[in-house]
This record gives sequence, C-alpha cells and structure tokens, in this order.
Amino acid sequence: MPISAFLTDASLCIGCKACEVACKEWNEIPDDGFSWSGNSYDNTRALGASTWRHVLFLEQKQPMGSQLAGIDEPFRWQFLSDVCKHCANAGCLEACPTGSIVRTEVGSVFVQPDICNGCGYCVVSCPFGVIEKRPDDGRAFKCTFCYDRQKAGLIPACAKACPTESIQFGDLEVLRQRGKKRVEVLQERGYSDARIYNPQETTVGGIHALSVIFGEPEAYNLPPAPEVPTVYLKSAWTSAFISAAIILAIVCAAFSF
Amino acid sequence: MKTAAKPKMTEERLEEIRKAASETTKEVLAAQYSPRKPPAQSEQSYYGLAVLKAPAWTWEVPLYFFLGGIAGLSACVAFVAQFFRSDPALIRVSLWGALLGAAMCPVLLIADLGRPTRFLNMLRVFKLRSAMSLGAWILAVFSGCAFLAVVCFELLSRGFTNPLWTSLLWLGESSAAAVGMLLASYTAVLIGATAIPVWSENRKLLPVHFLTSGLGCSAAILELAGFLIPATQVLGFAASGIETLIETFLEVRKRPVDAPLHHGKSGTTLRIAGLLEGPAALLLRVFWGSVPAGRYAAAVCFLIGALLSRYAWIWAGRASARDPHVLFHLQRRT
Repeated sequence: MPISAFLTDASLCIGCKACEVACKEWNEIPDDGFSWSGNSYDNTRALGASTWRHVLFLEQKQPMGSQLAGIDEPFRWQFLSDVCKHCANAGCLEACPTGSIVRTEVGSVFVQPDICNGCGYCVVSCPFGVIEKRPDDGRAFKCTFCYDRQKAGLIPACAKACPTESIQFGDLEVLRQRGKKRVEVLQERGYSDARIYNPQETTVGGIHALSVIFGEPEAYNLPPAPEVPTVYLKSAWTSAFISAAIILAIVCAAFSF
Repeated sequence: MKTAAKPKMTEERLEEIRKAASETTKEVLAAQYSPRKPPAQSEQSYYGLAVLKAPAWTWEVPLYFFLGGIAGLSACVAFVAQFFRSDPALIRVSLWGALLGAAMCPVLLIADLGRPTRFLNMLRVFKLRSAMSLGAWILAVFSGCAFLAVVCFELLSRGFTNPLWTSLLWLGESSAAAVGMLLASYTAVLIGATAIPVWSENRKLLPVHFLTSGLGCSAAILELAGFLIPATQVLGFAASGIETLIETFLEVRKRPVDAPLHHGKSGTTLRIAGLLEGPAALLLRVFWGSVPAGRYAAAVCFLIGALLSRYAWIWAGRASARDPHVLFHLQRRT
C-alpha cells in the first residue's frame, strides 16, 4: 500500500481558508473561538484540538522573488496551510499509553476516539505542537488525514476544497519528487529562498505532510530540527537507575549503623 | 467625579510635557541606549506564538508525583529497615505509608484524565517506549506488592507465624522496594522524555531530584511520626545535602532553556522549593538537629519544598512550551 502524503505549496496558497472550512465541515469540528488575533488575517493562530488545518499569514520585510511590493520597503505577504505532519516516527503515537493512537495502512497517524482516555501525554510529546486536548470533551484530537474518506477512495476534504491546488494529495514518494521539482522551478524563477520543509535527517525520520516554503521554517513556526521525544528515554532512564542505586546505598548505610 | 480626575490641560502643561520629554531624551542619550537590532534570521517566529502545546495536566499530577515519590521510597526504607532488623514500628509506618500512597495515586491520576471512566484503557497495552504506559503498570504492580507486604506484616505481628507469611513478606517488601524506586523515578523520565525543552534538557537531573526528594520526604514522615532515630537523621542530612547541591547547580548553570527555572511564577516557586528542601532543611539539621523541634522543622521544610518543587517543574514546562525562540535556538545549535 502506498503511503499517503500532503504537499502544501506556499507559492500557490492564496489564503482563502477553504481548507479550514472544508476540514471543519467534513469532520464536524467545533468552533475554535471567535476572537481577533491582530496577526494579519490569521485569527486561528495555531493548529489545535479544534483546528486541524491552519492557514498562516506571514508579513515579512523581504522581497518576494523579483516582485515589486508597491511600497518603499521590501515586503511580502505569504500564506501556508499547515496540518498534522503524520511523522514517520510520531511522538504522539510513541507516547500514547492506551494504544489509542495507531499507524494506519496509508501511513497516517490516527487517534481512535473510542479508546483515548485523555491522559494528555501525547500533547507534550508532539514536537510540532499539533495534537491537543479539547477541554469540554476531555480527549485529544488532531487531523485524521480524512481516514474515512481515504477508506472510501476519496481525497482528504482540505485537498479537495483547495481552489489553487496548493494542497496536493498523493503518494509520499511522488510528492517528494514533485516538491523537489517545484522548488527547482521556483528558484529558477528568482525565488531564491524557496525550499521544501521535510525534516528527514532528524529522529522524526521524515514527515507525510511536506511543505514548499520561502525562507527559514522558523517564520512559519515549523521546528527546524524536530526530535521524537523517545530519543531522550535512554539517558533519562540511565540517570534514574544510577540515582536509584546511590539512594539505595544511602538508605542501607543509614540503617546499618 | 470623572471631570475631577481629569488633569487640567493648559498651554503650560504642554510646555511641561515637552520639557520632561527633552530631559528624558538627554538621559537616554547619556546612557548610550541603542534600539534593539532587528531580529536575526534564527530569532524569527510566527508572531511569537508558541510552537509546542503546553501540558494540559491539572493540579492532580504534581501532587501525584509528590505522593508517588513518598510511597516508592517508603517501601524502599521499609525493606532496608527489615533487612537490617530495625524497629518493627518503623517498618510498619513505612509500609502503611507506601500502601496509602499507592491507594491515593490512582485516584489523582484518574481524576486528571479527560475521560476518567476509561482509566482501564491504560492497561490495554504495555509499551516500554511510553513512560506513561510503563508508569501505569508500575503503579499497578507497586500497589499489589505494597498490599501483599502490609497484609503479611500485620498477620505476622498479630502472632500468625507461618513460614509462608514470612517468605511472602520478603517477596512483597523486596519487590515493592524495587518497583517503588521505579515509581518514584519514572515520573522524572515521563516529563524528561517529552518535546518540552526545559524538561528534556534536564532529563538527567530530574530523576536525581525526584528520587532524592522522595527519600527525604519518606524520612521526614518517619520523623514526624516520632522516629527520631539516627537513621532518619542520616537520611534527612543526605537528602537535604543532595538537594542543596542540585539547587546550587541550577543557580550556577545559566542556560537560555532554563529561564523558566529562574524567572516567573515557576522560577520563584522553584527557588523557594529549592531553598526549603536544600539549605533551609540542611541548616536546621546542622544547628538544631539535636533537639526534636529542630528535626520536626527540618522535616516540614523538606516536605513543603518537595511538594512545591513538583508544581514548579510542571509550571516551568508550561512556560517553556510558550517560548518558540528557545526551541529554535536549541534545534539550530545541534
């Protein structure tokens, strides 16, 4: 079975938020608040329990390729639809103590809502800050990669609703190649800081939701080198065992007098 | 009333403002103040918003960390005391401490769940790579061992002497001691192996702190129960001594990632906790350790400090999750 993936292209996104709307309607997600952030046109702020697609609006004092901004100083307005990365080595999946979070046959990371008991350990184990506990429900939620739609042979709701094909859905290897080619094309056209965001060299081991972005990933709040937190287990346990041995020795010494 | 509070606006007042402003400008120039440089490429973030999600755990979890530490180390103290044929009354208090702790822990953990009725799902799988899964099993096994030890101890002390009870007591006590050590330390591994920078960057320090703190607390409870024997004094000295070292280490080592351990609500709480567990308890023992009041005071100091410290570490995690720049800095460094 091929591995499903997203390729979200910032150079094609127009910030229409159709993906956010489609995702909410298809998955019947409750509202994520009706407050103004003051951050450009972005009032959703971040991915969360009730925000499974999030369109970022970046206002940067940098030129966009050779485009003229129409004002004196360089300026660019960028958009990108962010989503759960469905990591090859997923922190949430590793952390889940109930086995609620599983890897599906399409390679996605899925939270089974009938198993999750809301312990909250996945929340602190996601290096991307995606999964979150919904306070009124108690369970943890995130993008399902429209597993129900994929099972029925349909593409995810966000990709289906995207009017510019900024969100592309398909096989991981195909999209990796397509992303690479797209970056080459963009660079040829003068967008010298175009790059693909796919942290494959880290312990996360690559993601299934790639993005074509401009400039550093930090500007999109994408961690430049995310690590799956299980890599910290070995040193933490080593310290725990050494400390336990020392503590036991102290207790023995105290009572042997 | 509203008109009275409003300052009278006159031309003179405007002149005053102008003069004050120009004086301030001179001061600023004299101080050679320069505006902050525009952020470097690595210091950018998305409107300064958090990358990570803050821990959703409520007040029950730090309290559980505290009680789990006491229960685990009490079991360890009971086993060692039994091994060295110490006062049976002390062993009894320690064993009951372990059992009561083990009884309260699941209540706290279940109360913190988003879906408390599904708590049994915790035992649906056994995952070594998930400290939370391992912890649920550790707590379950510990409760069983502590229960076995208490039952056998009470039977034996009531005159039901039977070689079976004796061997079961040893089995219960030794396994409760071993699993108790895990119970007191896995919580440190649990938060150490997360994406939260201040926790994961202190993953080696946290188990030392949690175990020492658990040891000091179990000794403090014995002292407060009236066991003012040399053994509890030695344990009190050792625990507050190690805590003083940890506190000093944290104060000396200044890393950007440790900012929540020094500033804000978590920083203040952790400092107070560190002082109580470390220097305060240690000095009380050094100067008034020979009188019962001094030892009681040291014990209470240590207990309060240990409890506060667990809350401070959870709050530090929340503060750490909110800071995107520290996260980026850490990831760019390596």
